[in-house]
Amino acid sequence: MQTQQNIEERLWSFIDGTATAAEKTVIEKLIGSDAAWKMKYHELLEVNEMLRSSELDEPSLRFTKNVMEEIAKFHIAPAAKSYINKKIIWGIGFFFIAMLVGFLIYGFGQMVFEPSGQESEISKTVSKVDFSKFFNNTWVNGLMLVNVVLGLFLLDNYLSNKRKHYRKEA
Amino acid sequence: MMSTGLNDNELISRVLSGDQQSYAGLVSRYQNYVFTIALRMVKNREDAEEVAQDAFIKAYRYLADFKGASKFSTWLYTIVNNTAISFLRKKKVEIHSLDNEKVFEVADSKDSGMGANLIEQKSKLSMVNDAIAMLNPDDAQIITLFYKAEQSLEETAQILGIEVNAAKVRLYRARTRLKEKMETYFAEEVKNLN
Repeated sequence: MQTQQNIEERLWSFIDGTATAAEKTVIEKLIGSDAAWKMKYHELLEVNEMLRSSELDEPSLRFTKNVMEEIAKFHIAPAAKSYINKKIIWGIGFFFIAMLVGFLIYGFGQMVFEPSGQESEISKTVSKVDFSKFFNNTWVNGLMLVNVVLGLFLLDNYLSNKRKHYRKEA
Repeated sequence: MMSTGLNDNELISRVLSGDQQSYAGLVSRYQNYVFTIALRMVKNREDAEEVAQDAFIKAYRYLADFKGASKFSTWLYTIVNNTAISFLRKKKVEIHSLDNEKVFEVADSKDSGMGANLIEQKSKLSMVNDAIAMLNPDDAQIITLFYKAEQSLEETAQILGIEVNAAKVRLYRARTRLKEKMETYFAEEVKNLN
């Protein structure tokens, strides 16, 4: 049994032209044979035509003139790309990627892959590297902390955007 | 809609190369579109005109940032939308949907202000506009973009920053609510049209 909502949804897809060819054929048949579908189709078609025939609202007659008078006081700002230094962006990106790769190598180096507990050649080589030389610097530690804070900000931003999106959908 | 023989990108190139007057072509081409979007959000013609004017000024100032990757109308929509939101924040006007009480107030004021005979004479167009004005801003926006600004479903989805399927669902819900409003508040007019 088709619900009223389902019928309307399928009919709107048909009217908007977004229904698939197979779906279109099925709906055409239903409109031709089922009185309820036919009635609903004509009802929605009428609403659609009414909306299609409606026009945009118009501002006052002086609108364009007013805008042109206002913009005469302004200059076009240079494009953002002309004053954003791409080298700095790339530098920041490179730093974060280098940090990530470093952490991954260090992490994998600490793992024991052999069930017997024997160290692999890779882990032996990695374990020879003295990481304390690289990670004892105050600046590096500070930047790592900034990295973590930025990561949390991004996560928070992502989650709040998702929340907003779901709220809007609801 | 075309006020000059030049397309949007040609007009934009001219403006960027220093011909400020060419911007008038873009303004006159999109003024109704921008004004209608603003009106759907601020619900007042005077405020909508102010928002629309501000949006065109912002678009002019940052025209160099328009890459041409999307349609000019899509880029313009983002500016109008942000301008209207800032305007409403400044005015501390409630931008969320009208509650039922307010909808009844709107309908009542329309009825008492015009009288039964005048309502009967109301044109089909103004009835549709009045019904759209009763919707919440999200519903009004998607109907305005799809029907009045004649954007495709894909373009509408792109403008609103949502998936095509989500736009389809939102449009379906908006049309259902619009139909309900028309049946509730303009039943007489709808009957006369049949």
